[in-house]
Amino acid sequence: MASSPLLLALLGGLMIGAAAVLLLAGAGRIAGVSGIVGGALRPRAGDLAWRLAFVLGLLAGGAVLRVLSSETLPKDLPGSGLTIALAGLLVGFGARLGGGCTSGHGVCGLGRRSPRSLAAVLTFMTVAFVTVFLTRHVLGGAS
Amino acid sequence: MTVLVALLSGLVFALGLGLAGMTRPENVLAFLDLAGAWDPALMLVLGGAAGLYMLAAPLVLRRGRPLLAPRFHLPQRSRVDRSLLAGAALFGLGWGLVGLCPGPALVGLAGGSGDLALFVAAMLAGMFLFTRVEAPSP
Repeated sequence: MASSPLLLALLGGLMIGAAAVLLLAGAGRIAGVSGIVGGALRPRAGDLAWRLAFVLGLLAGGAVLRVLSSETLPKDLPGSGLTIALAGLLVGFGARLGGGCTSGHGVCGLGRRSPRSLAAVLTFMTVAFVTVFLTRHVLGGAS
Repeated sequence: MTVLVALLSGLVFALGLGLAGMTRPENVLAFLDLAGAWDPALMLVLGGAAGLYMLAAPLVLRRGRPLLAPRFHLPQRSRVDRSLLAGAALFGLGWGLVGLCPGPALVGLAGGSGDLALFVAAMLAGMFLFTRVEAPSP
């Protein structure tokens, strides 16, 4: 097994891409995690089962990862409980307002050459770069 | 049958995230920290995933319909508008604060971390909040 982190990153990325292609080819759906979960929170008739199945797949994948190598999954997160809760709220609300997250806009949207997704990715990457710069290098690296 | 496809897709998606190291927030933050010990891994993950999708999706769409469903459900909007940019900015702020986005957060739940459960609960609350402020459903 190759163990270079960058090679594994590429291989993992190809697996993610393959998973997204599978969902498109089989179910005709975009593999955007926030869209899939968000849609399940406001279910329409006949539209809930595949969403729950995808989420179940994610959770089951996590369980497999835990068995294979428990250090793959995070234990403690940086920052206080308040920071974590605020970050979660922002990620959830922002992804729905912006029509997608790293998977929907990043993987599928960029893959479909969507101008909306390119704008979204450039925006959230830039804001995240600035946020990390501020928290780590300006505010004194509390995280 | 779409349920089985979705289950398998979610599973492979999660394993890909884990293999790529993206289930660990510190690896994500290492990519986002341009002024620190910058780690390009996330770019390879996104490039590999979006690159494969870019090659394969047109072939899939050329068939006209999915294998197990009546039709494709693709985003119809094409205009870059204010909610897209505002939403992406809020998302980027939250992502940068702890290094977690929805996929890795859900996958990571299996690790049993209380911090992660808190993040996911808040994320679901944020998504639910959106359904309340969005145009009221019929």
